[in-house]
Amino acid sequence: MSRRRLTPGATAALLGLPVAFISYFFVYPLTAIFWRGLTATGTLSFDPFLDVLTSPSLRGVAWFTVWQALVSTLLTLAVGMPTAYVFARFRFRGRALLRGLSIVPFVLPTLVVGTAFLTLIGPNGALGIDLRGTVWAILIAHVFYNYAIVVRGVGSFWEQIDPRLEEAARVLGASPWRTFTRVTFPLLRPAVLASASLIFLLSFTSFGVVLILGDLAHTTLEVEIWRQTTAFLRLDVAAALAVLQLVGVGVLLVVYGRTSARRSRELPLQAGDTARPPRTRGQRLFVWTTVTFMMLFLGIPIAVLVVRSLRPAGGFGIDNYVGLFTATDSAFFVTAPEAMTNSLLFAFAALVIAVVIGVLAAVSSAYSSSRIAAMIDSGLMLPLGASAVTIGFGFLVALDEPIDLRTSIMLIPIAHALVAIPFVIRTSLPVMRSVQQRLRDAAAVLGAGPLRVWREVDLPIVARAIGVGAAFAFAISLGEFGATAFIVRPGNATMPVAIFRLLSLPGATNFGRAMALSVILMVLTGASVMFIDRLRRGTGGDI
Amino acid sequence: MIRSMALALATVSIVASCTSADSQPAEIVLLTHDSFAVSDATLAAFTEETGVAVRVLRSGDAGTMVNQAILTADNPIADVLFGVDNTFLSRAVAAGVFSRYRSPALDTVDVTFHVEGDMVTPIDYGDVCVNYDRAAFDESVIPIPAQLADLADPVYAGRFVVQNPATSSPGLAFLLSTIGTFGEGDDYNWKDYWTDLFANDVHVTSGWSEAYYTVFSGGSGEGSRPLVVSYASSPPAEVYFGELDESPTGVIAVGCFRQIEYAGVLAGTKNEAFARKLIDFMLSPTFQQDIPLNMFVFPANREAALPDVFIAHVTPPIDPIVMEPARIEENRERWIEEWTELAR
Amino acid sequence: MLDVQRATVRFGPIVAVNHLDLAVASGEVVAVMGPSGSGKSTLLRAIAGLEPLDDGSISFDGEVIDEIPAHRREFGLMFQDYALFPHRDVRGNIAFGLEMHGLDRSAVNRRVEHMLDLVGLAGLGPRAIATLSGGQQQRVALARTLAPQPRLLLLDEPLGSLDRALIDQLLDDMRAIFDQLATPVVYVTHDRDEAFAIADRVAVMQSGSIIRSATPEQLWDDPGSAFVARLIGLDNIIPAATVATWPGFSVDDEGGSVLLRPDRLTLSIDGRGCPVTIVNDRFSAGGHRVLAVTRDGTQVAVGTMQRWSAGDTAFLAARRDAVAHLRD
Repeated sequence: MSRRRLTPGATAALLGLPVAFISYFFVYPLTAIFWRGLTATGTLSFDPFLDVLTSPSLRGVAWFTVWQALVSTLLTLAVGMPTAYVFARFRFRGRALLRGLSIVPFVLPTLVVGTAFLTLIGPNGALGIDLRGTVWAILIAHVFYNYAIVVRGVGSFWEQIDPRLEEAARVLGASPWRTFTRVTFPLLRPAVLASASLIFLLSFTSFGVVLILGDLAHTTLEVEIWRQTTAFLRLDVAAALAVLQLVGVGVLLVVYGRTSARRSRELPLQAGDTARPPRTRGQRLFVWTTVTFMMLFLGIPIAVLVVRSLRPAGGFGIDNYVGLFTATDSAFFVTAPEAMTNSLLFAFAALVIAVVIGVLAAVSSAYSSSRIAAMIDSGLMLPLGASAVTIGFGFLVALDEPIDLRTSIMLIPIAHALVAIPFVIRTSLPVMRSVQQRLRDAAAVLGAGPLRVWREVDLPIVARAIGVGAAFAFAISLGEFGATAFIVRPGNATMPVAIFRLLSLPGATNFGRAMALSVILMVLTGASVMFIDRLRRGTGGDI
Repeated sequence: MIRSMALALATVSIVASCTSADSQPAEIVLLTHDSFAVSDATLAAFTEETGVAVRVLRSGDAGTMVNQAILTADNPIADVLFGVDNTFLSRAVAAGVFSRYRSPALDTVDVTFHVEGDMVTPIDYGDVCVNYDRAAFDESVIPIPAQLADLADPVYAGRFVVQNPATSSPGLAFLLSTIGTFGEGDDYNWKDYWTDLFANDVHVTSGWSEAYYTVFSGGSGEGSRPLVVSYASSPPAEVYFGELDESPTGVIAVGCFRQIEYAGVLAGTKNEAFARKLIDFMLSPTFQQDIPLNMFVFPANREAALPDVFIAHVTPPIDPIVMEPARIEENRERWIEEWTELAR
Repeated sequence: MLDVQRATVRFGPIVAVNHLDLAVASGEVVAVMGPSGSGKSTLLRAIAGLEPLDDGSISFDGEVIDEIPAHRREFGLMFQDYALFPHRDVRGNIAFGLEMHGLDRSAVNRRVEHMLDLVGLAGLGPRAIATLSGGQQQRVALARTLAPQPRLLLLDEPLGSLDRALIDQLLDDMRAIFDQLATPVVYVTHDRDEAFAIADRVAVMQSGSIIRSATPEQLWDDPGSAFVARLIGLDNIIPAATVATWPGFSVDDEGGSVLLRPDRLTLSIDGRGCPVTIVNDRFSAGGHRVLAVTRDGTQVAVGTMQRWSAGDTAFLAARRDAVAHLRD
């Protein structure tokens, strides 16, 4: 299988910006804070590593971290694949809306989701079951958050696989299940692995969910690193834990990178929309059941928030919303329009950074024969697996020379982009690798230079996947993922920060307004993502 | 964008370094935590008085903020730090974060708040106390606990929620309160007390928000337990933010822990003079009177007037526990580890 | 034997297959011809079980198969663009249907080798699909379809994307295979030469229904309607009234249109017949195809062995059976 390869020079040119970015904003700060931690006693010491490795409680924490991330990933895949299938193959009323909405949980601050969950599954909970403090609460919350990755990531790739392959299998005698195992899944595997890797990393470094829904018996490395840093300022222990965490993630990523590159193959990918309305009774039932489940699973916690937001101090009504827009009680609260504007601006900046860098990296990884390019691609995934606490502190320690960026407002979208870039890569890379060389050759013979070939052949097919990644990047930024909790922010508050502040004081108004702002955040996210979805359908001809 | 920012920053820093330390900066930078709040009018008053604007940098919680200050001690990112409290003070001072300054306005502050060495200036204080749900106790025959020891009584089983001292500031304060109350001696000490509390099915959350809003039953809480570790300022906050006449919650006045919040000039700042002015301003009536309704803590300046809602609904704590910052710093890790052992 | 009765398939407001009747006997090859959008592919998919019927029913060998899912109908469907499995090699593709039927490894291998021989691709078993030429892919697709010995063969434009020379070769090969198999075949195409070459019977589809079903010869001799005539490539469809005005031409009925068969028209310089001017002359395999225009501006195509030049004047005459009336 021949594939047009980039020259080493071209590869280097494409990788220049991503490498520079990841070196300066990730490798350098991380190295700096690790160094700081390991030289805390005055000389470089590896004792903290020994302390960590020999501590049974910390080993237990490490094991739990891996275990819950693995189970969360499997559960999310199990729950999300049927939904991905429905969205990929069937057209039905509300499809675009629901696909956009599935990403909404992604952006909700963990404090808000935790609160909603606790009210549902607590001793008084509406659902009647007490899961408080159990590992199930954490797992279900992870599925809730990461559902969209499967539905949108795997779903969009699935959509681009020619349905006639599945139909051919059916006519040749394969039952629907055998069609899935023998034909569909082998073709889908790159996208499934990509989504699985993202979900695993997010669950692995999950902080807020574990902090709020977990308990003393169920804690992860990330929480432990935070505890060691914030409560004890034991930078040495924290550094040791963070290094171990990173090494573990790094090994996984290398393995993943090797397997995914080796197994990638060309697929006849469609640029257009292959979904059709369900026609048989069986299909209708399946679509209806899956969509209903999705609406309930995602909708009930969200409904809790909406209901709570409509209960201001006085009873029932929209006072909380009105208050958010008009109240100037004190400078404690930033008004909703301000917070929304700030959030949107940061999200836009993060999207641009993430898409530019992510696409450059994905392109060089997909089209280069260089082993290094594949490694860079895995390297760019590392921020997802690295401790947000250490990255945040790393910025402070490292970024003071030659230019003092430590209190720069740009650090916020940069921190978001660090988390978002892996999403852009993971959604676009499987598709890029699958574009048929035949199509590119045809274009080249017709007189298109390499860049033109890419634009005319690959881009329309890949654009949709890039759009999925871009939507995630936008949502990640709106939801303030990653290291932003641990960097120093100049005054401009974003919505999650405003929500957090509201929840740090008692009072029905505060709580109600926090819920209302969360609802606004959800609506804003849903609307933005649907807008991005629609944009990419308008580009590249008949996408 | 980064390049033009870098250019701008480079220019500004060149210009700044050409000027003498006493000339007027355009702004001074205040590093603080996420709970910091004052009215825009108050900050504007400072600018009017001095001609210098205040730029606020926020750091998450207080612990994160202190760590950030320590990590950047040799090249500070701000001029003034506000929000280090007595639990973190020793660590910050030992790391050389501050530059000594004794504000003339310090005379308005109670002597017990003063810090030896004047590395920092007390600005406000709060008390972490057990809050209770008035309605729940009105309806039941169980009496309101009068002191911490009562909570170990089986009659309060399953009725109390606290926060993890390793992850929560009021959680730590309550732990210190129990250590201050019961001591570390051979008789019934704080560990025995906690053993009894755990036997009494006390619920532990990781943060204040979850405890108050989802486990506590009083006021705006939606949970089922009528006793929670919170602040003395929580009842007036319920009234103020709930537009109520009466506070739905009350405070157990005995066994509170006093948290004092300080501000300090950061060592290495290039705007020492104006940084000091900001500290002075923070003790001024303008600033101090703005504190209660914005941050829900009490002004350190004795002469500052409290808002009505505070006067009407605050239960003044009786003999709040005050602990030496040095003692806290020395023992914090051990105490938390020992607590965690008991909690498992 | 396949029996489709009043089959109807609707996609929302659009009726793709409209109360269609079709019967295919054992060993018979029926070509289904029609313009794009006439519902040919949908018909095939409905027979295969990939589209549920909204009305009507389909039986095979007397058994109603409407409720039987696609994977149990034991039919073979060959797609336009082949839909070969990219994750399996040539052998893997051909073996797929056999694996689904539970054959053991050695039986599968034997059958795959046999199929490869049959379609002339012996030895290409281990090749990856992406490395095959168009003609090779078509043969693999055919082999894959035939391997599990389907009771009915459905082919959807199987030669659509290949070049002329290859098509001729493959047509011969396929005809030979069909003759060997005695399986009923439904062969969808838009190409007249393909249909005529391969089919025992041609069914013409328009807007979801079969409007004409006849042998290729019958169809050629008597298209019956302008639509069918155009579909099978016969032009010279002219209003009867116009032809009636031409010297030397007579029509039985001045209403409707007539078809003037190009191969039964003559051009001469001798003055008998309808005066025309030559527009152009195109030489092709069967001789010259001359385009002439009458005084009233009607263009007429004529097949002749002589060479003519643009601008020449000539006289157009009709031999016996040149004029065929069309029912429209």
